[in-house]
Amino acid sequence: MPDAHFYRYDDYDRRLVAERVEQFRDQVRRRLAGELTEDQFKPLRLTNGLYLQLHAYMLRIAIPYGTLSSRQLRKLAEISRTYDRGYGHFTTRQNLQLNWIKLEQAPDAIAALAEVDMHSIQTSGNCVRNTTADHFAGAAADEIEDPRVWCEIVRQWSTLHPEFSFLPRKFKIAITGSPNDRAAVRVHDIGLRFWRNGEGEAGFEVIVGGGLGRTPMIGKTLREFLPKDELLAYLEATLRVYNRHGRRDNLFKARIKILVHEIGAEKMREEVEAEYESMKDSALKLAPETIEAIARQFAPPPLQSKRTRVPEVEALKLEDRNFALWLKSNVAPHRAPGHAIVTASLKPAGAPPGDASAAQMEGVADIADAYSFSEIRVSHEQNLVLPHVAIEDLPAVYRALGRLGFAEANIGKITDIIACPGLDYCALANARSIPVAQRISNHFAALARQHDIGDLKIKISGCINACGHHHVGHIGILGVDKNGAELYQISLGGDVDFGHTALGTILGPAVPAERVVEAVDTLVATYLEVRTDGERFVDTYRRIGIQPFKDRVYATV
Amino acid sequence: MPLFREGSATPVVNDGPVPMPLAEWFKDRSSTAVALANTDDVTSLQPRLAGLALITLHFPKFSDGRAYSQARILRERLGYRGELRATGGVLQDQLPFLLRCGFDSFESDQKGFGEALLKARTLFSVVYQPTEDGRPTVSQLRLQHRSVTLSAAQ
Repeated sequence: MPDAHFYRYDDYDRRLVAERVEQFRDQVRRRLAGELTEDQFKPLRLTNGLYLQLHAYMLRIAIPYGTLSSRQLRKLAEISRTYDRGYGHFTTRQNLQLNWIKLEQAPDAIAALAEVDMHSIQTSGNCVRNTTADHFAGAAADEIEDPRVWCEIVRQWSTLHPEFSFLPRKFKIAITGSPNDRAAVRVHDIGLRFWRNGEGEAGFEVIVGGGLGRTPMIGKTLREFLPKDELLAYLEATLRVYNRHGRRDNLFKARIKILVHEIGAEKMREEVEAEYESMKDSALKLAPETIEAIARQFAPPPLQSKRTRVPEVEALKLEDRNFALWLKSNVAPHRAPGHAIVTASLKPAGAPPGDASAAQMEGVADIADAYSFSEIRVSHEQNLVLPHVAIEDLPAVYRALGRLGFAEANIGKITDIIACPGLDYCALANARSIPVAQRISNHFAALARQHDIGDLKIKISGCINACGHHHVGHIGILGVDKNGAELYQISLGGDVDFGHTALGTILGPAVPAERVVEAVDTLVATYLEVRTDGERFVDTYRRIGIQPFKDRVYATV
Repeated sequence: MPLFREGSATPVVNDGPVPMPLAEWFKDRSSTAVALANTDDVTSLQPRLAGLALITLHFPKFSDGRAYSQARILRERLGYRGELRATGGVLQDQLPFLLRCGFDSFESDQKGFGEALLKARTLFSVVYQPTEDGRPTVSQLRLQHRSVTLSAAQ
C-alpha cells in the first residue's frame, strides 16, 4: 500500500497521543471508582470527545482537515464494530461520531484510534477544536496553497495548549486555500483565507467572530494580510484576548463573536495587535524549516499524465443517464490533467445524511486503494471524497460506489441535505432532524428532477445551536419546540459562498413536521415558475425577494 | 485549604506573608504578597513586581481559565520570578497546564493531589507550545534532530 500523501505522525506526536490515552484511562478509572464526581469528570471526558447523549455515550473522533488514509478508515470501521453498533455518523465539522459507546470501553476505543495516528482530543469542551479545511485541498484546480499544512501546524499548536484549554466557550478554526471558499471561513470563530498580495506572497486574511448558533454572525476581518510565519503568534494573541475578556457570565454569550460584537471590530483589532506586538518575535514565529518539513509531507501523490478524453467514459455517458448526471454533480475538476475529484454521496434517497456502516467504510477504503492513492476526504457537507481519481477510472469508481449505495448523483442538489443528529440522539435538540431530511430526500428522489431544480442547499438543525448550519442553507430548516410539539421554522437565502456569505431570512410561522415537505415543494415550484436561464434557487430568491415564496407557502399550508 | 509545592507529596506549611487583595495592596504597597482576582489587570503590577514574593491567581471554578493567561503574562512578559500560586481549589487534572503557565504552588483539597503533583511534569513527555517553563517544544526538537542529522551526513 502506498504511503499516505499527507502528514504522518512522528515519534513525538505518537508519544503525546499515547500519553493522553493513559491519562484518560486513569481519569475513567477514577470516575468509575467514585474518586471523581460527574461534575469533575465531565470537562475531562469532553476534552477527549466523550459526550453523554440521550441514550448512551457518544465519541467524537477528530479527522484533522478531513483527510483520511484507507488504513485509518478501515480502523474507524473496526472501532465502530467493536465498540459501537457497526456504523458511524460523519459530521459537519469533519469528525466521525459513534453513538453507542460504553464508558468503561472508551479508553480502549481511543487507544485503537492511536494505533492509526488518530485521536479524539479536543473534539469537545471549551478549547480549540478540530481545525477544518477545504475538502478538496491539495487537489482543487483553483487552489493557491494547500490549507492542510496550516491546519496541521494549528493542530499541533492547539493540542493540550496550556493557556487555552479552559476558554469561555468552544473555539473553531477553518482554513481555505482557495478563492472559492469550501470551508465556510466567515462563519467560524477564526477563519483564515489564503490570498496573494501585490508582491506575489501568499498570506492569510484573518477573519474573527463569525459563527452560527443562536446568534449567527458573519466574521469581521481583523487582518487583511498576515505573513504566514506569524500565524501562531497572531492566533495566540487573539485567543489570549478572548480568554481574558470573553464573557463567562452567560453560556449563550460566551463565543468570541459576542465579544467582537460588543466591543466592536476596531477595538478587538487594537487589543489583538497589542498582544501580538509582544509575541511576534517570540518562539512562536515559525521557522522556514518547520513549515517546509510539514509542507513536504503534503506533497501531492505521483499523478501521471492521463487521458483527458476517454472513449469509455463518453460511451457510458450516452448509455447510462445516471452516470452522465453523476459526472455533472459528483465529479469536480482536478488540478492535474486527466484527473478528477469524486464525491461519494452519503445521502442516498431516504438515508440519514452522513451515516456510513462499517462495511461501507471498508468499501470506500478499498476504492481509495484501487483508484485514489489510498486517500479519502470528509467534507463538511457530510460526504466522502476521493481526491485523486483518473478520468479513465471514473466508470469503475462509479460502479464500485454504486455497489455501496454511495453513487447517488445528487451532490449540491436538493437531496444533498446537511442535518444534525437531532432529537434521535442529541440531548440538546428540540426536534428531530434526520426524519425530516429523509422525507425530503424521498420526495425529491428522482434524479432528473433534482438536476432540473439545480443547485440548492437544504440545511436542517434540530435546535437553535445550529449544528446543521440552517442559517446558511439556501433553504434552512430549524426544529423548534412549541408546547411539546415539534415545529419547523423555514428560512431562505442563506449562503456560505465567498463574497455572498449571508444568513437566511425567516419565511414565516413555523410549520408542523408533516407539512415541511409540502412547504419545500411549494418553494421549489415557485422558483421553477419564475427562474430565468441559469438562475439557481438562491439567485432567484435574491432577485425577487422573500414575499412571493411566503405568499405561496402560507396560501397552501 | 492545604497548600502544595512541587517536590512534596504532602501539604507544606503556609507560613509566608498573607496576600492582600489588589485594591488594598495598592493603598500602601507594604506587603510582599498580593491576591489577584481573575479579572484584575496583571500589568498594573509591573512597576512593583520586584518587591513581590507571592502573587496568588484565582480559579473560581475548574472551567474558568482566565488565570492561565494572567500567569503567562506575569512570567513571560513581565518577568515575575516570585512565587505564583493557584488558589480556589485546583484539581490534579489542571496540573500539567498550570505548571506550563508558570505556577509553582497550589491550593487543593483533592485526595491524591500531592502524588499527582509529583508526576505532573512528566505526565506528558512532549509539548508543542513554547512557554516560560523552558521545555523544548516538538518543533525545536525536530529542528535540532534535523541539524544533527544534517551535520552527521556532511
